[in-house]
Order: sequence, then structure tokens, then C-alpha cells
Amino acid sequence: MGAGHAHRLYRHGHSPVHALPPHTKIAAVLAFVVVVVSTPREAMVAFAGYAALLALVAYAARVPPGFLLRRLLIEVPFVAFAVLLPFVAQGERVDVLGLSLSVDGLWGAWNVLAKGTLGVAASVLLAATTELREVLLGLQRLRLPPLLVQIASFMVRYGDVVTDEMRRMRIARESRGFEARGVRHWGVLAKSAGALFIRSYERGERVHLAMVSRGYAGAMPVIDEVTASRAQWCRALALPSAALVVCLLGWTL
Amino acid sequence: MDPVSTVSLAVAGLAFAYPDGHQALFGVDFTVARGERVALLGPNGAGKTTLVLHLNGILTGGTGTVTVAGLEVGKRHMAEIRRRVGIVFQDPDDQLFMPTVREDVAFGPAAAGLRGAGLEERVDRALGLVGMAEFKDRPPHHLSFGQRRRVAVATVLAMEPEILVLDEPSSNLDPASRRELADILRSLDVTVLMVTHDLPYALELCPRSLILSDGVIAADGGTADLLADEALMRAHRLELPYGFDPRSVPAPPGRS
Repeated sequence: MGAGHAHRLYRHGHSPVHALPPHTKIAAVLAFVVVVVSTPREAMVAFAGYAALLALVAYAARVPPGFLLRRLLIEVPFVAFAVLLPFVAQGERVDVLGLSLSVDGLWGAWNVLAKGTLGVAASVLLAATTELREVLLGLQRLRLPPLLVQIASFMVRYGDVVTDEMRRMRIARESRGFEARGVRHWGVLAKSAGALFIRSYERGERVHLAMVSRGYAGAMPVIDEVTASRAQWCRALALPSAALVVCLLGWTL
Repeated sequence: MDPVSTVSLAVAGLAFAYPDGHQALFGVDFTVARGERVALLGPNGAGKTTLVLHLNGILTGGTGTVTVAGLEVGKRHMAEIRRRVGIVFQDPDDQLFMPTVREDVAFGPAAAGLRGAGLEERVDRALGLVGMAEFKDRPPHHLSFGQRRRVAVATVLAMEPEILVLDEPSSNLDPASRRELADILRSLDVTVLMVTHDLPYALELCPRSLILSDGVIAADGGTADLLADEALMRAHRLELPYGFDPRSVPAPPGRS
């Protein structure tokens, strides 16, 4: 995880979307998702409109479609759930290719699929154009409770360290002839997990000591003040505003 | 000169017992003059870490006093004390907790209220002192161990401390990183208290040494003299590496 994780999601670039301050992008994505979710599921055209808007953003951010589509795979478990809906839902049924499907279920599946995909695509675009570090700064700027931001940033910083520790423990286990095969070995794995927890906990105490030694008194000092001009806010909010227009058209038409 | 202003660190009658009853310090007395480099030697369990944690008030509640440049360590001046006493902990992964080197070095000064260009300049200067300026935007985890240790020193230097306290600075370093760190420490114009078992390193860097044993200062003198005193060394479980003879080592290089 950590920076390695950031590298996988983030796509380095200098597009206008990359250049926007992180908190404006977070706010834009959030607003966009709210608009998408509040669109009635029957307004098919509106969803096509949203997809077109995201495609425009991706184009502006120079994120290639292949990259975006591959990242969308994270959605697969939800898709599986959506595919089940037409089979299990109650109510009026239609026959499609010899299968009896619930109309309500079909609409439900479409609803989950369309809104989910749009939401994930917007988030993928955010992650592809904003470094993890910047996302944290943006959240801090948006007044997310500082404790949550601190927890998230420690996750980013120490993910690698803990993974490494886990790897070392695995190597130590295997060096002494242990191989996890079957239920009988779960006990050993559980003890390793417990040891890892205690090690991480103790590291947490040492880190806290180091922080206190450098003047930490409960709040992270602001090192990078992220600011956004009115123009930047306008550019970022163009996405949800356009989406809102599409949504209203969807409601009225 | 006024004697008070030239003393960086004064520890007087410091005794401390942990809440579980284990007494770690039994009355520790010493002073370190400004600009001195002093090694604190002692076997495992001698109370070295306990002593270090008293220097910036992480541990308090025992008897005795610790004074840093005339300011007594206590609740009243805690922020100032922590700025003045820069502790470099043994594991750089504990010390470097921010996502990038730059933010980590900026943490201390920013906590003290520094912002903007002044902060940036402070970070650049501290990283420059340890030769890590070009690693500014890298995540700490991607650096080598020696580089991380150097950044850890920079995080503390950025606070412009009165005294730099290093806990086992040479542990886990390969010989080249060890030498590089020695060069850096020698080039700094700051008071240094170095806690270590690495006796050759102490001899190389610190003209003066203290031996902490069983919670008291058992000896205080020139490092070369102490290391050459076999009876003293044996009495406090201090052993020189095989083949190392402090009498045959050339005089340590001066401050460059």
C-alpha cells in the first residue's frame, strides 16, 4: 500500500484536471454522485448524459479509456449482486430469452448498475488525477474531522511498514518449515495476526512518542495550505452543475 | 562567560521508578556544556532510554531536575523544551511518520507555528545539512535505512534544537552509512548527547563520555581514557569489539 498503492491508482500528468486543488475535486465528485443518485431510474437519457460528462472529464484529464475501464473492474462484486436482482425480485414478470424475469428486479438491477458505475467512474477519475497525499490535504481542507484525516494519513504512511512486517513474519514461519495447509494451521496464522497487531500497536506508541517529542499536542500542524481561486472552484463544479442540468431535464422530460 | 548560559543540559539528582515499581534511575547528575559532544554509554537495562525520555519531559514524576539551557523541564514550558531538545529515536520508521520527507521535516517547526516561506527554508536547510535535499518529495519508506536515519536527524535539526539527543545512531547502519552519519554529526554546530553501545563510534565522535550503570553515572571522563580502563569497562559490562584497542586509534578528527 502506501505510495505503492498511490502509484497504481494515480496517473501522473499535467492536465487541467490534475491542476485543480484537491478539495474542489472532492467536492465536485461528491456533488456529482448526489445528483446521479437522486435521478429517477427511468430517466435513461440522463444516465447517458452523465456518462458523456465523465467521458469529457476523462478526455480533459488525458486518462485513456482502457485505464478507466480496467479500474472499473473493482465494481464487479456489485454487478454480480445486480445481476441476481431480476431473478429473485417479486412482482410482475416478463420473459426474456425464455427466462422469466421480474420487471421490478430489472429496473432495480439497472438502477444499481448505472448509478454504481457512474459513481465508481467518478471516483476512479478523482483517484487518477489526485495523489493520495493531496486527497488527504483536500479532506483536511473540507473540514473532515482531523482525527479521521490523521488515521487515513497514518494508514498511507504505515501500510507498507506493516505489510513488510507481515512478510517478514511469513518468511520466518516458512524458514522453520511451516506451511499453511488446511484448518489445522489456522491457529498459527491467527497467532501471527495477533502478534502483528501487538507489534503495530507498540509501533503506534513509539510513533506517538516521536510525535510528542516534536511538539505534537493533538492537532496536526498545517504544512500545506491548499487554496482554490473562484475560477478553480467554477471549473471543478462545472461537472456537478452540468449533471444537475441533465438531471432536471431527466425529471421534467 | 556566564556559566549558566554555556550549559546546554544539566541533570541533577534525577531518580525515577516506573509505575510497576521498577526503579530505573537512582540519582543521576551531570552537565553538558554548549557545543560539547558527549557519549552516554551503558549496558542494556542501565536506564539509558529512561534517562533520554526525561530530557524532554516525556517521563516526569520522579525526583530531581533536568534543565535545558537554563529552562527547567516541567509542564510549564513543555512546548519550548521539546523544541530545544531534539531526540532522534532508534527506529527511523517510528520517527518518520508523515507521507513525505518534506512534510516530516516540516512537522516540528510547523507545530511550533512556522508557516510559508520560513518553513520551507527551514526544511531545505535541515535536509541540506544531512545531504538529503534531493529526497524532499519522496515517501520515507522508499529510502534506504541509512537515508532514513539521516532524514530522522534532519527532522530534529529543523527545530533548531539546543541539544541533539541520538539513541543508538549507528544501529543497523552499514559501514559507509555509519561513516556518512559520523561526518554529518561532526559537521553540525550543535550540542550532542549520543546514547550508544557502539564504543568505537563514541570514541570517534565524542571527546567525553558518561557511563550509566544501574541507574547512576558511574564514570565521567575522556572517552579514550574510559575505554582504556579495563577494570572500569568490565565492571559495567562494556566490551570493545574484538581486536579494537582504543590506545592504538589515532586522535579523533576535530570539528570540520
